[in-house]
Amino acid sequence: MPSPAGPTPPDGPVPTGFTAEWLRGEGADADVVISSRVRLARNLADEPFPGRASAAQKKKVLGLCRPAVLDIPGHTMVWIDLHDTSPFERTLLMERHLISKQHAKGKAKAGESTPEGSPRAVAVAADERFSVMVNEEDHLRLQAIRSGLALRQAWEDADAADDAIESHVELAFSPRFGYVTACPTNVGTGLRMSVMMHLPALRLMGDIEKVKRAAADMNLAVRGFYGEHSDASGDFYQLSNQATLGKSERIILRELQDEIIPRVIEFERAARKTLADKRRTLIEDQVYRALGLLTHARMISTEDAMQGLSMVRLGSTAGVLPQLDRALIGQLMLMVQPGHLQRLVGQAEQERRMVARATLLRQRLA
Amino acid sequence: MKCDRCENEATVTDITRRQGVVIERHLCEKCASEAGVVAGGSPEPSALVPQKPAVPTCPECGLAITEFRQGGLLGCPACYKAFEATLAPMIERAHEGATHHIGKTPRCKLARSGPAREAVVGGVDEQVERLRLLKRQLDDAVRAEQYERAATIRDELRRLGGAADPATP
Ligand SMILES: [Zn+2]
Ligand SMILES: [Zn+2]
Repeated sequence: MPSPAGPTPPDGPVPTGFTAEWLRGEGADADVVISSRVRLARNLADEPFPGRASAAQKKKVLGLCRPAVLDIPGHTMVWIDLHDTSPFERTLLMERHLISKQHAKGKAKAGESTPEGSPRAVAVAADERFSVMVNEEDHLRLQAIRSGLALRQAWEDADAADDAIESHVELAFSPRFGYVTACPTNVGTGLRMSVMMHLPALRLMGDIEKVKRAAADMNLAVRGFYGEHSDASGDFYQLSNQATLGKSERIILRELQDEIIPRVIEFERAARKTLADKRRTLIEDQVYRALGLLTHARMISTEDAMQGLSMVRLGSTAGVLPQLDRALIGQLMLMVQPGHLQRLVGQAEQERRMVARATLLRQRLA
Repeated sequence: MKCDRCENEATVTDITRRQGVVIERHLCEKCASEAGVVAGGSPEPSALVPQKPAVPTCPECGLAITEFRQGGLLGCPACYKAFEATLAPMIERAHEGATHHIGKTPRCKLARSGPAREAVVGGVDEQVERLRLLKRQLDDAVRAEQYERAATIRDELRRLGGAADPATP
């Protein structure tokens, strides 16, 4: 990769490359599925949940979890104490989907204030396919992520890591409610499986509301690119299970991986085919307009860049721009985010950032 | 509220009935014990009641159920036991009517025997509930002709020791 002018990357353990696992554009059904993610919520048996714990209790939890997390076999884990990082580094981690927005902020308990928030950490595997947040809403939040539709592999990874952690620490478990969590909506398996889907054709056909209604009927949550409370910028939607109690992990996996997601994939593919066959001019117009914007704009916002990248991604899979590489589009989706852009060009005002974003896109897509 | 007899904060309320007249006294701990009003020691019809109606509170972390209602988060794993009566219907609504966990259990706890194992898999009640839940899911799957899904549920039933109904396809 040509190294652009700008500040040197922050020293330290925060990963700063420009390709995250989930943006590789590889794996099964990658024309529609960006990535598959499995999250397990776990808590230590004898400690208050992070929201109720004092700073000292949270530090104790970090101390108990650290050796357990660093010892997970099959991964080279790097431990990052988030209260010792800068807001900028935490933004990078958040944009890479390695920590949540909430964990980046690290709101301290009322009456306790530290400038960088409460004692909390994230451990990240070298390949970024696996990470563990410590002292988020629960003591431990394990996350396995894969490019494409690969919930089964992600589940196996998270499951094995959970076994390894459990051999070090005593986990909170109730015979009735299963793995107990700070929020009762996560009890039972503590398992959330989510699939990030790219659904531009369904939007162009006006069918996105249908998908949302069907998802609601099947008790799935629909979220945007950056999770809870974020918009579906660039036609990217995360679908995930809501119920975590009373269904085994295998049933939840079957529902999403084998039953529901394939149907949504087929729905999007059918919409793409309809557009390509019957509305060829419409789809070409949308894709080329987006490409024109991305390759000619002199200033561009994150939202406009994501929307443009969404359309050229559609073009690359629908035969309009077959020469365009999906991995490059994935890389750009990360690079146009404010934190990653700042890493390239340094701290800049809004206007200079928009100029830098437009320059980057022109160079890469030329 | 101040104590009826000194400047301290009143922490106990003593209600006495004398010749049909209710006499209510608010006392601090010290005066209450001097007056012979002690918890459990006062004879009928005198009764010791706390100043305020007690709000259910978790004995482990001190979280009051009112705090949970406001913030939506529990304080510690023991809260689930402390507030089980309140939480159970709420959890059922949030999880499509499910009442019991089915699925993974901590492996090294399962390997142990005796009370530790009991604490993980639960007693007979939990086992029965789990099987009932699974059989209902199996019926739903068969009715919807989702046979692969039904097979997965049957595996789960076998794992939990409840044989699947052989009459279903
Ligand atoms: Zn007194
Ligand atoms: Zn508690």
